[in-house]
Amino acid sequence: MMHDSIQQTLSSFIAERILKQPKRTIRPDEPLISSGLIDSFSLVDLALFVEDTFGVHIADTELNASTFDNLEQLSQLILSRKAA
Amino acid sequence: MNNFSQVLREFYQREPERVIVTLQHPNQPDYGITYRELVECANDYAMAYAQAGIQPGEVIILILQHGKDLVYSYWGAVLLGAIPSIMPFLTEKLSPERYRADLSALFKYTRPTAVVTYPEFEAEVHALMTASSSTVREVFVAGRIPRQEHLDFDHLPGLQRQATDIVLLQHSSGTTGLQKGVALSHRAVFNQLDAYSAAIRLTQDDVIVSWLPLYHDMGLIACFLMPILRGVHVVQMSPFDWVRAPWRLLRAVSDYRGTLTWLPNFAYNFCAQKIRDRDIEGVDLSSWRAIINCSEPVRFESHQMFYERFQAYGLRFEALQTCYAMAENVFAVTQNDLNQPPYVEKIDRQAFHEKHLAHLALDTRPALYMMSSGQVLPNAAVRIVDAHGRDLPERHIGEIALKSNCMLTEYYNRPDVTRKAFLPDGWYLTGDYGYLAQNELFVIGRKKDMIIVGGRNIYPQDIESLACEIPGVHPGRTVAFGIFDPLQGTEEVALVAEVDINDQAEQEQIADAIRKHIAKNSAIAIRYLRLVGPKWVLKTSSGKVARSANKEKFLREFGEEFGIQDTQLS
Repeated sequence: MMHDSIQQTLSSFIAERILKQPKRTIRPDEPLISSGLIDSFSLVDLALFVEDTFGVHIADTELNASTFDNLEQLSQLILSRKAA
Repeated sequence: MNNFSQVLREFYQREPERVIVTLQHPNQPDYGITYRELVECANDYAMAYAQAGIQPGEVIILILQHGKDLVYSYWGAVLLGAIPSIMPFLTEKLSPERYRADLSALFKYTRPTAVVTYPEFEAEVHALMTASSSTVREVFVAGRIPRQEHLDFDHLPGLQRQATDIVLLQHSSGTTGLQKGVALSHRAVFNQLDAYSAAIRLTQDDVIVSWLPLYHDMGLIACFLMPILRGVHVVQMSPFDWVRAPWRLLRAVSDYRGTLTWLPNFAYNFCAQKIRDRDIEGVDLSSWRAIINCSEPVRFESHQMFYERFQAYGLRFEALQTCYAMAENVFAVTQNDLNQPPYVEKIDRQAFHEKHLAHLALDTRPALYMMSSGQVLPNAAVRIVDAHGRDLPERHIGEIALKSNCMLTEYYNRPDVTRKAFLPDGWYLTGDYGYLAQNELFVIGRKKDMIIVGGRNIYPQDIESLACEIPGVHPGRTVAFGIFDPLQGTEEVALVAEVDINDQAEQEQIADAIRKHIAKNSAIAIRYLRLVGPKWVLKTSSGKVARSANKEKFLREFGEEFGIQDTQLS
């Protein structure tokens, strides 16, 4: 799966399932965690979705803004772990 | 014994090497604190407070997260005879301006003389100290408290406190909550612990496992003060760690043979839905004798979901229990009999909604499952009253009024608020709706507009005023309310805001700005946000926002748009 389509998939998941605004698009550089857009109760949902969809595990201790804070960083993380 | 310090001295002398608190942190070995270490390190804090001139009876605010310093600084305040209060700490997501505003709100009535915090936050508190009205004289920084070589327990001023003296304050979060500190006496806490530990048959063989924050009554009383004052081992993890990895709770129960846990209702759903098998491989939950559901309305469906998910790991159905509690009563008002599962009944849906009656449903009628919060503890009495304070019969829904021997002394420095909370004959009006049937108390929800998300109390007016700070939103024309989500087992926050702009793109920008502003300033996620045109929001004749009427209008007009099922209870 390519970088852009990973971002697209993540964007739809966050808009539909976490924000409940299906029409909303999320910019690649838009802060997700530090801005509070994704609240702490939803972080584990995001991690489980990433695991189910891309087969990449994100540990609970990595679920913070210093590991990834936007779609660009998250998709890079997914790609680098898929390659490993 | 008259006070906390005397109890602590007894354990310190009798069982100094008993591990009483175990702190868990991810990727670190667990840290066990004995009574000896607890007392010695608390003494370091007590001496530091005393040397800075902090006096018994003064308030010390603790702005600390899960960890050793929170434990030591709390008991240090107790040993000095000062009044500790844990600030509902705010995360890095919050703006410094909001933190300052929250602290100012807290300081306004609480009038603390000292604050304990982390190095990262020291400058912030100092800045606030210089404000002319501030009563804070000293900021203590965790990690910089000098060690004392000697411990002279018998001369610690905490030993001299009277049973009726205030021992601690509890606040709920948000600007409104921070201005209402619940002040509790030593005696009130002891009376609660006597009644409650008998109800749950607490023994020193019990092991409490908890992820609850200590600024909340459920965490502070059931999972911090009760175990330490009763010699029961407690294993604690941080709420921040648990919410990212709910399996840690189950793993800790298995590792420590945990017997008791308290959870808000949403946590049953959260654990059932968000834990993978691989994270709990080999976990054995058979030691868990009670998992007590408390601090938001309890749901039978949540218990079922939790049981079905974890029964294969040795979880017993009878372990799923309920309780009704509030900070103003120290903690528990009711507790279910631990020998059996909570009583569940089916009531007629129509009579409930239209007549506020909880009649048992005939088989053919649409019904609601109601789960009891248990029986009133022997040290308390409960009445159900109407809007005029008159008693209502069984199965009539009204406000829960309470009297007990463990009530708050006052809302700290708020005689006006304290007076309003009580009926003339001394009954405390809880602000919760419920009904009694066959000695069981069923709690339905808040009478006032407060929203409870995951056990956390949220005042809608705090959210509404934040939304009004966004350009484009009509000042005074926003309304916030809670909507119960059966999947999550808790309420979600909905917000409606009036705007003039019709342009779709501009509206999206405003919606975004509102979300971010509220997340940054309150750490609350708005789940349902709807912008509307002028004159949508309904107001009462006196110009107040009528939240329940607006909620009904919202569900009617937009329920389908947001995919909200018609499961609203009130």
